[in-house]
Amino acid sequence: MEQAIHPTAITPEITFPHEPAANTKRIWKTFWILLILTIAELALGLSHYIFHVEGWLLLFLKGGMIIFSVFKAIYIVSIFMHFSDEVKPFRLTILIPLISFIWFILAFLWDGTSYRNLRNRYNGPPAAVEQPAPHKAQKPGALD
Amino acid sequence: MATHIPAGYKWWTGGKSPYNLSYGKLMMWIFLMSDTFTFAALLISYGTIRVSSNYWPDPNYVFNTFPFMGDANLPLAFVSLMTFILIMSSVTMVLAVHEGHKMNRRGVEKWLLWTILGGLMFLGCQAWEWTHLITHVHPVLIDGQIKEIGATISQNHFGAAVPGLMHEGHQVHLPGPVGFGNFFFGITGFHGFHVTTGVLLNVLMYFWVRNGRFDRLGHYEMVEKAGLYWHFVDLVWVFVFLCFYLI
Repeated sequence: MEQAIHPTAITPEITFPHEPAANTKRIWKTFWILLILTIAELALGLSHYIFHVEGWLLLFLKGGMIIFSVFKAIYIVSIFMHFSDEVKPFRLTILIPLISFIWFILAFLWDGTSYRNLRNRYNGPPAAVEQPAPHKAQKPGALD
Repeated sequence: MATHIPAGYKWWTGGKSPYNLSYGKLMMWIFLMSDTFTFAALLISYGTIRVSSNYWPDPNYVFNTFPFMGDANLPLAFVSLMTFILIMSSVTMVLAVHEGHKMNRRGVEKWLLWTILGGLMFLGCQAWEWTHLITHVHPVLIDGQIKEIGATISQNHFGAAVPGLMHEGHQVHLPGPVGFGNFFFGITGFHGFHVTTGVLLNVLMYFWVRNGRFDRLGHYEMVEKAGLYWHFVDLVWVFVFLCFYLI
């Protein structure tokens, strides 16, 4: 099939050029999405500082921050790096190796947790705070 | 957008790039993939050490200062500013690429300069943050002695508070996990090195654009490649920000 090479096509290897977008609307929309996601992450990060959240609720907040970050990454790659404009063979070449991250993250965090449990079991629980030796500069409770 | 490519179009019949990309741009993507795995290895090893420790410092207490605000407690404020600066410079970079598609040299020059400014501002912020962490000393109980130390790769003051022990009006802490300083300075340093490289690349692009090099070539693809690298730096910061400052 004969096609006229578009003036911005760089080499004949390229079948069609990346469509120059008509305006910058998409870029600014992505900027606002990224800004809102960052503010949402900060709100979650500060909320567990202010309200001293612990346990499952803390894990839930951290999970929320991770999900927001993943969405930020998707927006940066697909819109700013024009990844969503690439053809399918290329998208798959990049995305398939990233599947190994699922194993990578799970295996290493599992290993770290298991190391902590083993150490606490065989070396005893975490050491309590040692009482300091008497020290001249030390004035407990004093402000100067 | 692949919308005007007919369905069932054969990409692998030879004579063209099956990825519809030039060699240089494809190699930039492949390089960024390998860099993704490098950063991921660093961040995941940080995660492994962190979950294997019984105690880890809370970022809300570690990163709570702001330039010229003295000892005011402003958790995460400064790093939010850094994040905003980097996102903004990513936006100006994508605008430079957009002007490049339209072969508008003045536009590319303008947005590249804003991007360079954003990168330099980010590096300045990081320099301030590191200086503050390293030079601000706090009392720490080491082997029964109170010493005043800053945070470096070999020691830091982010351990648990020693109940009831004060030193010149400040709460005395235990030494924090050494891994905290190792990973924090190592990973933000490696990211800062990438930002520095990105700024240098953008400066080179700026001079090439001014020279009219891309007008003679007939396309601004080199600016796109530098842009891919710059967005990657922003992408890594998303995860550094998540792993060190938020979680």
